[in-house]
Amino acid sequence: MKSTQAAKKKLLDVQNLSVSFDVYAGEVQAIRDVSFQIEEGEAVAIVGESGSGKSVTAQTIMRLIQMPPGRIKNGKVLLDGQDLLALSEKEMQKVRGNKIGMIFQDPMTSLNPTMTVGKQIMEGLLQHQKLSANEAKERVIELLRLVGIPNPETRLKQYPHQFSGGMRQRVVIAIALACNPSLLIADEPTTALDVTIQAQILNLMKELQQKMNTSIILITHDLGIVADICDRVIVMYAGQVVETGTKREIFNNPQHPYTKGLLKSLPRLDQAKDEPLIPIFGTPPDLIKPPQGCGFCDRCDEAMRVCETEVPDYTILSDTQSVRCWLQHPYAKQAGSSGSKEASV
Amino acid sequence: MSKAFIEIEGLKKYFDLGNHRILKAVNDVSFSIQKGETLGLVGESGCGKSTAGRTIIRLYEPTAGSISIDGADVAKLSKSKLKAYRSKMQMVFQDPYASLNPRMTVLDIVGEALDIHGLAGSKAGRKRRVEELLEMVGLNAEHASRYPHEFSGGQRQRIGITRALAVNPQFMICDEPISALDVSIQAQIINLLIDLQKKMGLTYLFIAHDLSMVKYMSDRVAVMYLGKIVEMARSEDLYSNPQHPYTRALLSAIPVPDPDVEENKERIVLKGDLPSPVSPPSGCPFRTRCPLATEKCAAEVPLFRETRPNHYAACHYA
Repeated sequence: MKSTQAAKKKLLDVQNLSVSFDVYAGEVQAIRDVSFQIEEGEAVAIVGESGSGKSVTAQTIMRLIQMPPGRIKNGKVLLDGQDLLALSEKEMQKVRGNKIGMIFQDPMTSLNPTMTVGKQIMEGLLQHQKLSANEAKERVIELLRLVGIPNPETRLKQYPHQFSGGMRQRVVIAIALACNPSLLIADEPTTALDVTIQAQILNLMKELQQKMNTSIILITHDLGIVADICDRVIVMYAGQVVETGTKREIFNNPQHPYTKGLLKSLPRLDQAKDEPLIPIFGTPPDLIKPPQGCGFCDRCDEAMRVCETEVPDYTILSDTQSVRCWLQHPYAKQAGSSGSKEASV
Repeated sequence: MSKAFIEIEGLKKYFDLGNHRILKAVNDVSFSIQKGETLGLVGESGCGKSTAGRTIIRLYEPTAGSISIDGADVAKLSKSKLKAYRSKMQMVFQDPYASLNPRMTVLDIVGEALDIHGLAGSKAGRKRRVEELLEMVGLNAEHASRYPHEFSGGQRQRIGITRALAVNPQFMICDEPISALDVSIQAQIINLLIDLQKKMGLTYLFIAHDLSMVKYMSDRVAVMYLGKIVEMARSEDLYSNPQHPYTRALLSAIPVPDPDVEENKERIVLKGDLPSPVSPPSGCPFRTRCPLATEKCAAEVPLFRETRPNHYAACHYA
């Protein structure tokens, strides 16, 4: 997947999104002021550790957050210019599965065990498109063939338990693609699968994206998968987007200390055993009481005094890369070049 | 390979499923581990790697084979005689959320191991020893009075490691010790395990499916498929010169966090799924998915032989 032409159309525009959950202990600020854009036909990865808000972001786009306890505090989700957060539930049902398809993490639990696979794929088709039963069946067979399931005519009459894990995930992908959505959200689509099966599914997703020009949001914590199939990367930490950039910018020239730390804590295949891994010390902050300043401050080697009190704004580094870190502020750079960086650690 | 610290010979673990169906989870596995060495055991889920680990430590009764640790065969020892050897071999489990009793304090979780092996001494001595162990793994003495739910995943895994260390083991089986943890925490645990190995001369059997972590951790690596070891070599040899087609496919399937490598990589995508270990294919177990398979592979079981110096593989064409 190459990022080709520059002037592509913006498909999804998430603006200043904040979502909280009201729980017994208080307000969990799951995502705070998240903004990003997805262009047509591009594959974007959202990476971050558990609790960083990547799944909540995806579920908010799909309006799958249960309210209460969830609460959308602020922000817009524009799909082709239409704000999804302003739609009624009935209008939203026309978007879900039609304009946006979703692949969930666990293919063992995201299919209905009491319905045949064919019926489950057909459900979305009949809901969103005016098809006769026969046309729908034809389309199901076509979809099963597309996702690489052999003997689709017999397989569509079978139940999920008659499929292996990898095959079930193919079915889930077929359901997500049934109505030719313009956006596909894949939430850890291969985490429950083995590496050789993962390779099959990733290949399939790449192929389908090229064939159908679907935009993909891929949520993952595996940076290897990101390097494999994505064009751009959004790094989330403690409910905020801390860095975005093209795949190469993020891997070859990361600027946020968290992104740098994440890449350094992975062993390279050529790493010698006496060369220790460099872990990020500590644990992510509690989002009931999110830090006043930068969320990564407590674990950051380069934290300055300002990091504790003020949330940094985005610094634009290139047309595609931006980072939320005080070290990129012009003042910090001046201080850094005059050699006072050690003093601020 | 004489007098290795750990010698596993012809280990088998079959599960009887009833109706004359037998699941051969571990089917004739042999290997040895030298003192202070780390052997990595990799494979996909269902290949029998965890069952092998659990059988070696006698959480499962082996169906056949011998397990010798420091010269003593523990495969056939009775439960009461086994206890003395239990303190030599310990296990770190995969899921730090499920492997600690939520109703016990850390002091009791770790202290229980001391009690069972009579290492505690006085009550104050027990507490002192637990606190000392906690500090050894990078936790604080104050943590002893807390319950598991008060800790993060990485900290819980440290408690699991503390419990294993409490009885001064010489051999530790780490069954996917980092796969339930976040990436930024994984490196902390790996560094801790390597540190402890250096300080205490521990021998590890490191079971995982993350091949880059296994390569980093291990001196030698064994690859399992359908209950059998199909390849074993020093980790650099295995990764730079894989002999078995399954190992080659496995290595090429792992996405590497480097866009330059990924875009130039020729990926071998295996067709199909792992066959059922209840009715494994005849001949070579991998032949149903192997791109090189011939008639010979269906007829003859390939021998596990030395194809290059100190590099073993079970393939007719290696």
